[in-house]
Amino acid sequence: MAVEQRISGVNPMGGLLYPDWQHAEHSTGTSIMACEFNGGVVIGADSRSTTGAYVANRVADKLTKVTDYIYCCRSGSSADTQAISDIVNYHLAFHRMELGTEPRVETAANVFRELCYNYRDSLMAGILVAGWDQYKGGQVYSVPLGGMCVRQPISIGGSGSSYIYGYVDANYKPGMDKEQCVELVKNSLALAMSRDGSSGGVIRIGVITENGIERSVVMGDKLPKFYEG
Amino acid sequence: MSSIGTGYDLSASQFSPDGRVFQVEYAQKAVENSGTVLGLKGKDCVVFAVEKLVTSKLYEPFSNKRTFNVDQHIGLAVSGLISDARQIVETARLEASNYRGQYGVGIPLKYLNDRLSMFMHAYTLYSAVRPYGCSAILSSYEDNKPEMYMIDPSGVSHGYTGCAIGKAKQAAKTEIEKLKLSTLDHISLVKEAARIIYLVHDELKDKQFELEMSWVGECTQGKHEKVPLNIKTEAENAARQILADDSDSDVDEI
Amino acid sequence: MSMPNKADCFSSLPFWQNGPAPGAFYNFPGTAASSSNYNDCGIQRTQTPMVTGSSVIGIQYKDGIIIAADVLASYGSLARFRNCERVMKVNDNIILGAGGDYADYQYLRSLIEQKIIDEKCLDDGFTLKPKSLHCWLTRVMYNKRSNFNPLWNNFIIGGIEDGKPFLGTVDKLGTAFSDPVIATGYGAYLATPILTKAYDANSQMTEEEATNLIYKVMQVLFYRDARSFPKYHLGVISKEKGVEIRGPIEIEHNWEVSTMGRNQLR
Repeated sequence: MAVEQRISGVNPMGGLLYPDWQHAEHSTGTSIMACEFNGGVVIGADSRSTTGAYVANRVADKLTKVTDYIYCCRSGSSADTQAISDIVNYHLAFHRMELGTEPRVETAANVFRELCYNYRDSLMAGILVAGWDQYKGGQVYSVPLGGMCVRQPISIGGSGSSYIYGYVDANYKPGMDKEQCVELVKNSLALAMSRDGSSGGVIRIGVITENGIERSVVMGDKLPKFYEG
Repeated sequence: MSSIGTGYDLSASQFSPDGRVFQVEYAQKAVENSGTVLGLKGKDCVVFAVEKLVTSKLYEPFSNKRTFNVDQHIGLAVSGLISDARQIVETARLEASNYRGQYGVGIPLKYLNDRLSMFMHAYTLYSAVRPYGCSAILSSYEDNKPEMYMIDPSGVSHGYTGCAIGKAKQAAKTEIEKLKLSTLDHISLVKEAARIIYLVHDELKDKQFELEMSWVGECTQGKHEKVPLNIKTEAENAARQILADDSDSDVDEI
Repeated sequence: MSMPNKADCFSSLPFWQNGPAPGAFYNFPGTAASSSNYNDCGIQRTQTPMVTGSSVIGIQYKDGIIIAADVLASYGSLARFRNCERVMKVNDNIILGAGGDYADYQYLRSLIEQKIIDEKCLDDGFTLKPKSLHCWLTRVMYNKRSNFNPLWNNFIIGGIEDGKPFLGTVDKLGTAFSDPVIATGYGAYLATPILTKAYDANSQMTEEEATNLIYKVMQVLFYRDARSFPKYHLGVISKEKGVEIRGPIEIEHNWEVSTMGRNQLR
């Protein structure tokens, strides 16, 4: 795959040409997660941003605002996902003025999908769109690499997610309340961060309800602890 | 009418000294020459009723429709020049389709109304074009709420609970004002709408007319559709009956 | 930036760093250094499927057509989305099943849905018919593939036209045919023989017989296709009852064989 090639930095003679961080793409090798509950959504992300194996930013914020009530969790290339969320932010801000009401989460997810689908060959972006609107309450939409879009009651993404599918499947129960969702998100992300080298740092949490977002951070030394053998 | 416009009524881009745009007012006159169209918004439905004047017996029945689908959940009824109206409908459909393509959900009626009003208003600004000789009523059922808007040839629009345009709009409006619209369900809306159209129809001036009815609401799962023939016929019969009874009692009193 | 040269990937090593390689165009050192070996293999123009659905199967029965597809959308070998419907109602006389890239399917679905709305707007009493949609779809797919940008899907279209059942398929290249029995993906290998045999034995199956047959076939697919899932949707269309999308239907599975003749199994 082209991405692997960019990161490896091996010269044609076979030797290591220069350290990978000199030319590897700045990317959010990531663990992100979002979970619906009655009345809102919980979103969460780690804070590590890497170029190759170098931690370029240990306190990155991957929970990005698109409107007051809609956020996205970004994974993939930092440049791509930042550009996309800026565009969607602009688009929805304008749309909000035209409508005179807050845009639907569904609408936001579709704008993301449209961009990710149309530019699928040139983008590296896996995005979770989450938020609250007056029509359908808390919602989570997953827009993975190919540019599709599906609503899910709970969704995970980023490189770290592959280590916690089992944990999330086992611990998610329909109808969980806000506190239970926050707890699940914290535990899942802590597990993902401990197994995924490209994820780490702190856990950033956001709870979006009709009152807007409430953000919190779990410090890197205060993460839930699990077996470390 | 003949003297007031002098000199200032040749272009839509020029005001008269007393601050009027005559071309726009003439466009409104064009609407007033057309059959009556009314829209009633009840508790879970919007109903359109159109008095479609049939100027020749040779026309096929149900031709030259005046109610249109714009999107699944949006209906549009027009009064005025039908060919102008069709262009409005085309624009509305394009807006709805573009919105769906971009945002993946149906266009909110408020938004469509804003866009269409802007479009119609643009035609009142330039000397090279003439305003649209038609008014449009828009209806929808979104998020379990019925909605209705009416746009004037000037591009002005308002949300309505009941509105009437065309020939007998004044008489129709007085009738509508007597109704307690917010309590009416879809069947009674259809009955009232049919009754009013039959009531305000001027048999002496316009001999024949065809009643065209459409609705959108809970009863149609939020889709804009023609009112089924049996329900419409029933409402028409009831309307005729009421009119006949009224004229009988009038005679008695005299 | 120097032009990425396809020959570079396959030709022998350059004589010196950033220097000319035999059989390749010369790369100017200044510009070549800045671009490093980024994109040396040219660009890949055709897309690859990311999130994919597996087989779709369809069969004609006495009164109409049945199409089935499971609810899984895989991400490589990861069973990522486990409740994705892949059978849709197009209108009162057409159903459609889709396999392959799910994003492409969503794109096509929105095209078709707008097509149906446009048609309803005309309100002339005519509706799209299955053969027309099938033909239109071949044109869309063939055009896309001719631009080296195919929609990575297999579609099965079922419907009733002039009172007769129609079942057809289109793939990502625009290849199309119609047949009373169609299966795509792994289903082409695993399901077609079973379906064809059953159809040849009895081409006038009842709806119940046909749904039972489909159930058995979906079960086989679940056992033998590693990208399948034991839950599926059915699209059933008939002249009398119109269109119905049923599901999700769960597949029961049996593993008794694992303990039979234990010494032969290794």
